[in-house]
Amino acid sequence: MKNALGAVDSVLLLGGRSEIGLAVAEALTRDGARRVVLAARGGATPGTEPAVRRLAGLGAEVHVLDFDAARPETHEKVIGDAVALAGDLDVVVAAFGVLGDQAAYDADPVSAAAAVAVNLGGHVSCGLLAARRLREQGHGTLVVLSSVAGVRVRQANMVYGAAKAGLDGFARALGDALHGSGARVMVVRPGFVAGRMTAGMAKAPMSTTPGEVARAVVRALRDDRDTVWVPGNLRYLFTALRHLPRPLWRRLPR
Amino acid sequence: MTTFLTGWGRTAPTPATVRAPRTAGELAAAVAAAPPRGLIARGLGRSYGDAAQNAGGGVLDTTGLTGFTLDAGTGVVTAGAGTSLHDLMAALVPRGWFVPVSPGTRHVTVGGAIAADVHGKNHHVDSSFAAHVRSLTLVTADGVARTLTPADELFWATAGGMGLTGVITQAVFGCVPVETSRMRVDVARTRDLDHTLEVMAATDDRYRYTVAWIDLLARGARTGRSVLTRGDHARRDELPPGTDPLAFAPATRLAAPPWAPGGLLNSLTVRAFNQAWYGRARDRRIVQDLAPFFHPLDSVAGWNRIYGPRGFVQYQFAVPFGAEDTLRRVVSRLSADGVVSFLTVLKRFGAGTPGHLSFPMPGWTLALDIPAGRPGLAALLRTFDEQVAAAGGRVYLAKDSRLRAELLPVMYPRLEEWRKLRQDADPGGVFRSDLARRLSL
Repeated sequence: MKNALGAVDSVLLLGGRSEIGLAVAEALTRDGARRVVLAARGGATPGTEPAVRRLAGLGAEVHVLDFDAARPETHEKVIGDAVALAGDLDVVVAAFGVLGDQAAYDADPVSAAAAVAVNLGGHVSCGLLAARRLREQGHGTLVVLSSVAGVRVRQANMVYGAAKAGLDGFARALGDALHGSGARVMVVRPGFVAGRMTAGMAKAPMSTTPGEVARAVVRALRDDRDTVWVPGNLRYLFTALRHLPRPLWRRLPR
Repeated sequence: MTTFLTGWGRTAPTPATVRAPRTAGELAAAVAAAPPRGLIARGLGRSYGDAAQNAGGGVLDTTGLTGFTLDAGTGVVTAGAGTSLHDLMAALVPRGWFVPVSPGTRHVTVGGAIAADVHGKNHHVDSSFAAHVRSLTLVTADGVARTLTPADELFWATAGGMGLTGVITQAVFGCVPVETSRMRVDVARTRDLDHTLEVMAATDDRYRYTVAWIDLLARGARTGRSVLTRGDHARRDELPPGTDPLAFAPATRLAAPPWAPGGLLNSLTVRAFNQAWYGRARDRRIVQDLAPFFHPLDSVAGWNRIYGPRGFVQYQFAVPFGAEDTLRRVVSRLSADGVVSFLTVLKRFGAGTPGHLSFPMPGWTLALDIPAGRPGLAALLRTFDEQVAAAGGRVYLAKDSRLRAELLPVMYPRLEEWRKLRQDADPGGVFRSDLARRLSL
């Protein structure tokens, strides 16, 4: 249960190796979360070990489940198993996703469709299932990692951006559907996050880090906010960019 | 009907389906037909945290189970669990009887008073509420009504058990005779915390009711300075001639506005209040009505709203005698940090009851209100929790809304014993609350 000061007991991380997702799980554990379930492709592997050690070191009971975002037929079992391990899910963080490279997608449209299946289709199936569980509980927050890339889709990033745009719209509507149930959806829109996913890419202006995203998410959870931009002033930048005339938008670098 | 519920602190609301049975029979039927996420009883909602809420499940409003009888010869009352202490006092005081224990508000039910095993200013003499209960009727998870006496283990798992062993529908308890509805009160100011402890330890025995209000905003050498109020039921010959000795008509003079801005209680307003309170107090003897002595806050309806939309946390802990250093550390830290607390109350406890999860223990208890939005509050209270646990103390579950589960077995060493009794009484886990989930009770 979320307590009077906004701390929670249990966390399910969908995308158990996501840097941002793990940073959120770690921040929540520092604030008092006692049970963390990491849902990662392949289950417990050497890749999940450091995170398990770190979270356990902070005092959490950590479980790892096998989770494949691209196989929606398996998602119901993942959510069910997580509930069996952790009880009520106070926070579900949907953090999985693939970025990819637009040039590679241009060369191989099948791979582009597969990326959208993960970045949008996987989130839709997990989101619906998590929402069902949270509604039954009468409490809990689904934290959806969207992106400013979905606020207005750029040609340089159209496959990833289009999936995020779809996800963002889905997540907001899901939050509306849950209104009054005690459960909530929080949409997180980070800008460029310097980390493993973006290694080797040139940093965009107003870039952020997984740790900063995590801090913003924990703060927003405490305040019951529906939308969080990281950094916060991206909200104003993108409100302006959304209304930029198309001929100008088209010519923007990257 | 699905309703969002909170405790008196107005934090962490969750929805539940609320049913209000009008008879014990209707209540037993509701228990037998419990929803998948279980049930919890709720009286007048004066627990500060999440003890009487049940996210996604059912809540049984017991305030319909009213009605009581008084044996005028012995002062033994048989009351429906939903009867409020307010209604009891209004009927009993004019007949020369007073409830055995009254917490800081009259607006609690008999069932809630037992489930939280509440205490009052007379704890050092009379212990807590359950000590005065001769028997109670408990509807357990199977829908069966059982009569329990202090000889039953389940009685003591229920006294302080926060509603998790079943629903209390009726109780029989002894009241105390009074000649008047007034209190003879001695007020005294103390210089600092050590002086407060010293005076309380030395003079508590002379009074049935004692409490200290600490001026938390006093710092340095004055840290812990207090106003002591110590009283007894006034005798008839102490009242001016011509007064009706047993008149009892407490007034609600004010109502808090339905909303209040978050910053209303800041260090300035609270400092002004504290200075006025301490400055106004004089060492003197007065005769006052029961209500302002026992329930000063009840004269402001909905006073919990003045903390603004984010609500507040009430932190109450007890430490055993000998752990005064912990008390000193906590009070010094609160004063040094300038924690804004409207009312900070210190009380010396006497013997506890055998309730497994009953809060009072011989020692000292401190209670304070803090706005929930205060930055750094979670970490500060966590530090206090650890110090309290290390000193062999505990926090009060009826007030709690943020304790970490791992400290619970340290604070309540008989938790395992209680869990076994609860498991036997409710193997399917019908009785559940947000508090129980949060603390893995």
